[in-house]
Amino acid sequence: MSQNNFLLEVQDLKKYYYKEGFLTSDKIPIRAVNGISFSIRKGETLGLVGESGCGKTTAGKSILRLIEPTSGQVFFKGQDIVRLDREGMRKLRPHMQFIFQDPYESLNPRMKVEEIVGEGLEVHRVARGKEKLRRVSELLEKVGLHPQDAQRYPHEFSGGQRQRIGIARAISLNPELIVADEPVSALDVSIQAQILNLLMDLRDQLGLTYLFISHDLRVVKYVSDRIAVMYMGKIVEMAHSEDLFKRPLHHYTQVLLKAIPKLDLSQIRERPLLKEEHPSPPSGHECLFQARCPHSREKCQTEEPVLLDEGEDHFVACHFVS
Amino acid sequence: MRQDLQKNPLLEIRDLTIHFFTEEGVVRAVENVSFEIYPGEILGLVGESGCGKTVTGLSLLRLIPIPPGRVVNGDILFDGRSLLNLEEKEMEKVRGNDIAMIFQEPMTSLNPVFTIGDQIMEAIILHQRLDKTEAKKKAIEMLHRVKISSPEKRMDSYPHQLSGGMRQRAMIAMALSCQPKLLVADEPTTALDVTIQAQILHLIKEIQGEMGMSVILITHDLGVISEIADRVAVMYAGRIFEYGPIEAIFTRMRNPYTYGLMRSIPQLTETRGRLYAIPGQVPDPMHLPVGCKFHPRCHMMIEDCKKGEPMFQVNGDQFSRCIRWKECC
Repeated sequence: MSQNNFLLEVQDLKKYYYKEGFLTSDKIPIRAVNGISFSIRKGETLGLVGESGCGKTTAGKSILRLIEPTSGQVFFKGQDIVRLDREGMRKLRPHMQFIFQDPYESLNPRMKVEEIVGEGLEVHRVARGKEKLRRVSELLEKVGLHPQDAQRYPHEFSGGQRQRIGIARAISLNPELIVADEPVSALDVSIQAQILNLLMDLRDQLGLTYLFISHDLRVVKYVSDRIAVMYMGKIVEMAHSEDLFKRPLHHYTQVLLKAIPKLDLSQIRERPLLKEEHPSPPSGHECLFQARCPHSREKCQTEEPVLLDEGEDHFVACHFVS
Repeated sequence: MRQDLQKNPLLEIRDLTIHFFTEEGVVRAVENVSFEIYPGEILGLVGESGCGKTVTGLSLLRLIPIPPGRVVNGDILFDGRSLLNLEEKEMEKVRGNDIAMIFQEPMTSLNPVFTIGDQIMEAIILHQRLDKTEAKKKAIEMLHRVKISSPEKRMDSYPHQLSGGMRQRAMIAMALSCQPKLLVADEPTTALDVTIQAQILHLIKEIQGEMGMSVILITHDLGVISEIADRVAVMYAGRIFEYGPIEAIFTRMRNPYTYGLMRSIPQLTETRGRLYAIPGQVPDPMHLPVGCKFHPRCHMMIEDCKKGEPMFQVNGDQFSRCIRWKECC
């Protein structure tokens, strides 16, 4: 499994939640992540993009086992981490870290920055006392904060600064993989750009590999080498970043691209509008997108398309690639 | 839009200054803000969080909590009469009838225990003195107008049974049921997915055209502004920094803050590389810098920027609060 240079390989990952049926004992599965597969090379950034409820955050958390996947395999450096026990996982944790969306919710308000950023160092017995404080100061400078900030509490910082604290915590143990879940969505545009630049600088300096999750295609394009588009728990298209924007093959990707507000006034024109309702989770074998697809045909209702290579590493799940 | 500029403005805001007197100190949320809205136009009010755009929007309906808030100076003229001097009873008639508002999160603005139909009918009965049967007919007509399919059926839906986009449509139906002359839309699409956002913006523009009303579109997203606004006011730290027709603001901006805001947004057409980022952060409204409020973050800052913050007329209808506007950008 590990002959290639993939840092992370995800195979047929599934996460189902179960809803109690009304007046019956049957449990209705909600397929939040419904069999996704992809791999990320060392030093590469894969963008995972989709609208709310498509399963992108659940996928990110399942990959790091912050929630337990229902089935599937996740190979980190060739080792299937889904099978690891607690102790095995604990040893691996320093190598894979998570950055959360909401910089207000993800920092403990009762802890000083020193404790937040240094917690991992202590838990994993990397550094304590003075040495820990020295390391924390270094980390804070790396993310653009002052070493003195170590003695302050999260509420004393703005949203952008808090996200910097979250990033300092994520890189404190020299991880190889970082799953960043909407790291700039809660921030103002002027601050968003600062944080994106920081994430890219750190990638270059520390040789990080990112799984970058976002609903914003503009942001994803800026940071990603490759992009996977998710819809209703599945990947419907995956390609190199430039390629995806130049020739989006899936109708969903096309609509998504056209829906992005443009700043260039001359580019704004009539665009195909999607049917609004997200259809109820399908039971049969139809294409998941067919109910909203402007080009849906009969085959789409009877047969679910699989993700196929259309050449140049461009994968798409659609019967009628345009 | 140009021909409308000769008409009298529907709404005129003059030197509006709103402060909040809190225990920690005075928050100068809005400072000397002036703009006007002409009949049938969409004005975009854009800025980052804390710039005073929402407070400005709320003040048009006199929805600022007093205390701690207070209009310290300025006036709001609607159809020629001052809204600030109206009796509360009079103001109640203005709300809904003349000026309506929709908010960012339709789920929190709709009452969860009443059906969509009940809530729209309530507004109609209250403001138009129609009986129940007529109000129901009108409510169904409004739902139809905002393109909700099978409106008769949807009348009986509760807010939680609708998707985010549908809820925002229902809110729009409610807001427009009394045919207001002005709609204040505060971040109407921020909570929605991009594909739904495009639909809602499209809908607002379409209905605005049909009804000939004016719209103030408050948003943090310049992209949303570019989709449907006719004119734009860019706000920063409680002030208007640049103001003018959309083509001017987007293609011939004369303010370094507008420039920075525009450049910070990743563009699909650009190749990868470092993003332009405005350094520093939005100032604390209780401790604003002296002179131009943007100067500590500005790449064009000179000593004179600390002395004052005058507004300049760039040309007929474009204004910029920057002493170096001629060199920008």
